Amino acid sequence: MSGVRVLVGTRKGAFILESDGLRKKWDVSGPFFGGWEMYHIKGSPVDPNRIYASQTTSWFGQLIQRSNDGGKTWDPVGNQFNYDGVPGTHQWYDGTPHPWEFARVWHLEPSLTDPDKVLAGVEDAALFESTDGGMLWNELSGLRNSGTGPSWQPGAGGMCLHSIIVSPKDPDRIYIAISAAGAFRTDDGGKSWRPINKGLHSEGIPDEDAEVGHCVHHITMHPSKPDTLFMQKHWDVMRTDNAGDSWVEISGNLPTDFGFAIDVHAHEPETVYVVPIKSDSEHYPLDGQLRVYRSRSGGNEWEPLTKGLPQENCYVDVYRDAMSVDTLDKCGLYFGTTGGQVYASNDEGDSWEAIIQNLPAVLSVEVQTLA
Amino acid sequence: MIRVVLPAHLKTLAKENREIELHVAGVASQRSVVDALEMSYPALLGTIRDPTTKKRRPFVRFFVCEEDISHDDPEAPLPEEVVSGKEPFFVIGAMAGG
Repeated sequence: MSGVRVLVGTRKGAFILESDGLRKKWDVSGPFFGGWEMYHIKGSPVDPNRIYASQTTSWFGQLIQRSNDGGKTWDPVGNQFNYDGVPGTHQWYDGTPHPWEFARVWHLEPSLTDPDKVLAGVEDAALFESTDGGMLWNELSGLRNSGTGPSWQPGAGGMCLHSIIVSPKDPDRIYIAISAAGAFRTDDGGKSWRPINKGLHSEGIPDEDAEVGHCVHHITMHPSKPDTLFMQKHWDVMRTDNAGDSWVEISGNLPTDFGFAIDVHAHEPETVYVVPIKSDSEHYPLDGQLRVYRSRSGGNEWEPLTKGLPQENCYVDVYRDAMSVDTLDKCGLYFGTTGGQVYASNDEGDSWEAIIQNLPAVLSVEVQTLA
Repeated sequence: MIRVVLPAHLKTLAKENREIELHVAGVASQRSVVDALEMSYPALLGTIRDPTTKKRRPFVRFFVCEEDISHDDPEAPLPEEVVSGKEPFFVIGAMAGG
């Protein structure tokens, strides 16, 4: 029988939840790496037993952990992330030049075809690649050196490269997003990049046509439509149907279009989910009601999904990498909160259940659908 | 033989639950002790100091004989009590963060 493995990264360790295809009863293991910040944990699509994890603290720096047995055991692999050449500078918060400094790995994106190949998005923003299972990391420096790098500026959470999407139809096409620089695309496997931010409007940027500087919170894509991306920007939910050449707003009837998490239904490329957050100064749901919003029309028309979610006195946040879907029928959805709950739906979001509570603040949720 | 005491997180990474004993070639100093530590426990690479610049991480401290020697010359010889194994070399995760 098929099953699901949910990989949960928290502020103080990692947890793994497993269930059969019914997704009603969950076995929990962990904490793994107790006390460490687990920014992201993700499994290889071609070998579900191969899982990569980003482990970090301010005290002892960055480690990358790798499991070859589905998360039962782990071993540290390479943790040297050296910028290619002379790193140069980007803009600091006050507009002065600031040297590029590695802080941590925000996102790990295993290859769609090779379990030893994995991309890492890091702070200060750069993209690294390993082709040997995470032992050695080399920067794809064409991104930082694409021309706009010196003008990039950090967001409140740091200048992080947090989203990586490899096109399933063309492995040389990769999309990434950086806070607060924007979204970028390569069509040659990472050698050259260009900003793809036309149509984004940000109130903090005086130039309406600014090429970079946009605080993109997350981007997502359905594998069957690799030219269509959905974006949760700082404010605004956006979509593109031409691989980022231009974006249109699809916030429609959302009660607030600020947020972090966004994902697409596994079987319906026009069904999109977001978790609206009140505002950039109040990072919790509107009116204390935790609501996922679903659009079955690719945006603009959104419906609140509330069954099983707290509808009063709820003041948690849902971070950008803390939402994921499984590929079972019906599609399952999962998201984690800063209050330490992981909510799951086994019916496309119609109803929800907390499959674990009282964890440390959840930083990331990834799901593996097991054969 | 140099005795090294690690903080809890690094003990876990090193898969050691007690004090470590290290043979250090040549003059025992902060640098040579950490060199030997990283050689014996590659999982600790980058956790105590930057692997390229060898600069100590900001929230890591070295204590010996009831003194903080973190800001001393990393090549300076360690006290005889540490070299003889009478006193351990402590790697400390600094108290920070409130």
